[in-house]
Amino acid sequence: MRHSHSKLWIAGALVYIFLYTPLAIVVIYSFNDSKLNTEWVGFTLSWYEALFNNKEMLIAVCNSLIIAISSSFGATILGTMAGLAIHRYKLRVLSILFFAPIAMPEILLGVSLLLFFLQVLNLTLGMVSIIIAHTTFCIGFVAIIVKSRLQDMDESIFESARDLGASSWQCFHLVTLPLIMPAMVAGALMSFTLSIDDFIITFFTKGVGDPILPIQIYTMIKVAVTPEVNAISTLLMLLTLFTIIIGIKLSSSFLYVRKNNEST
Amino acid sequence: MIKEKNIVRWLLSGVPLLFLLLFFIAPSLIIVFTSFRFPGEFGGLAPLIAPMGTVDVEHGLTLEAYQFFFSDTLYVRVFIKSLQVAVVTTLICLIMSYPLALLIARSKERLRNIMLLLVVLPFASNFLIRIYAWVIILDPESALSYFINLILNLVGISPVIFLFSPFAVLLGMVYVHLPFMILPLYINLEKHDPILLDAAQDLGASHWKCFWYITWPLSISGVSSGIVLVFISALGMFAVPDILGGTGDILIGNLIKDQFISTRDWPFGAVLSIMLALTILLIIGLGAYFLRRLRKRNYAT
Repeated sequence: MRHSHSKLWIAGALVYIFLYTPLAIVVIYSFNDSKLNTEWVGFTLSWYEALFNNKEMLIAVCNSLIIAISSSFGATILGTMAGLAIHRYKLRVLSILFFAPIAMPEILLGVSLLLFFLQVLNLTLGMVSIIIAHTTFCIGFVAIIVKSRLQDMDESIFESARDLGASSWQCFHLVTLPLIMPAMVAGALMSFTLSIDDFIITFFTKGVGDPILPIQIYTMIKVAVTPEVNAISTLLMLLTLFTIIIGIKLSSSFLYVRKNNEST
Repeated sequence: MIKEKNIVRWLLSGVPLLFLLLFFIAPSLIIVFTSFRFPGEFGGLAPLIAPMGTVDVEHGLTLEAYQFFFSDTLYVRVFIKSLQVAVVTTLICLIMSYPLALLIARSKERLRNIMLLLVVLPFASNFLIRIYAWVIILDPESALSYFINLILNLVGISPVIFLFSPFAVLLGMVYVHLPFMILPLYINLEKHDPILLDAAQDLGASHWKCFWYITWPLSISGVSSGIVLVFISALGMFAVPDILGGTGDILIGNLIKDQFISTRDWPFGAVLSIMLALTILLIIGLGAYFLRRLRKRNYAT
């Protein structure tokens, strides 16, 4: 057994190296004092400075944050409702419909929403269309997380709440909601990172007016590669790392509260 | 009381349902409708009903875009190439992910969570940046290119350019899709009972036999969900060939993107999208069919 385990370790380590080398190189070159991404010249922070003086990029960051916060808010509410509905009413049609946007290639969702917004709603593409599009594909993720949380829970909790005379609103508000809160937070954070990260759907539903972060990055990569891209990449990595750490902290603190409640 | 329950029920399922009917089902139907229209003179769509006072304006519904798709083998060839790239990407992802997923699943719980987090972290960093990182690495003047070409030069092979090549596209495809394979595999492998392997080893089975007769058959459902996730996403991908590929490395995704962004031939773009959706449905359907047959045969023996 030991022998095969060491082979697995080697194979696993190679995959980790494959996963992390490119990202490490991006971070290292973001501090490189050269316009070219080919050799190390010296340490500098000038690319970060250039980034903070790039007004369009700052607006793009703000716009993307607004989009991510609004769409994760919408997706969390709709997705939680969807998760509850799937769990309670066991409707197959419902779950197929909620999960379908996840299972199809993003480009199809992007294209169909583009045509829909322009042809049917006559909507000028912009922030609103992106928020709607992101909400659409995030609902399924929240629904999955909430549903699996509900599945893990003991049905008798709700029954005993009912037996003790709780109204259905009290039952929801005092029992169900606190129990699914960690799942809702996890779903919201996941939607947030999915939205900030999304390029394909944003690419099709964006308008001409407002700069959006992934589109800015795309033009930087395609048109004029400067190490500024490395700097914004590094900052984005920090942002997602931060979101994940918050997620872990929050969900473990929820667990902690629950454990405390259980022990008392 | 019953009434209130009904209201809750309708609200809970109705609100998200309505949202998705409006922003998912309706747009999907619009694609089908668009594929039967004429393209507009300046992009977009021609009107359904001829405007007053004009005679020779194309209007109404047509199969023109479908005919155009099959009129030139170019488009079918791009589809076949995209299928090849997607299949190869999926296979490489599977081969690379399996050992790692197995390793994580067999590690101690503490270590396991850290290892999982390390898989998810690069996945959470920006999608475009993960592709762009390979532009730096594969650049003709990068250290890696220099080193490889130095060796090739010693052997007497002329220098190779990695960036903007099919190789770069494949590398990028594998890189962005790897976590889609690792996670479902891990979720499956983690549930396996180690007692099974112990028993097989006590009975004298080799590592390889243990894997082939126990671990692998038990992991088929994880393998297939990983394959589905990677394959679907890889088949519609346009950003990777766009950034890492040359002009000849166009895939279906790029064709579709061009119809909506640069050429603005919406009906043809809609036809390409429908073809992509049909290809995926067909392949997933076939896969599910064979998987079921395989299961039945295994039960029979």
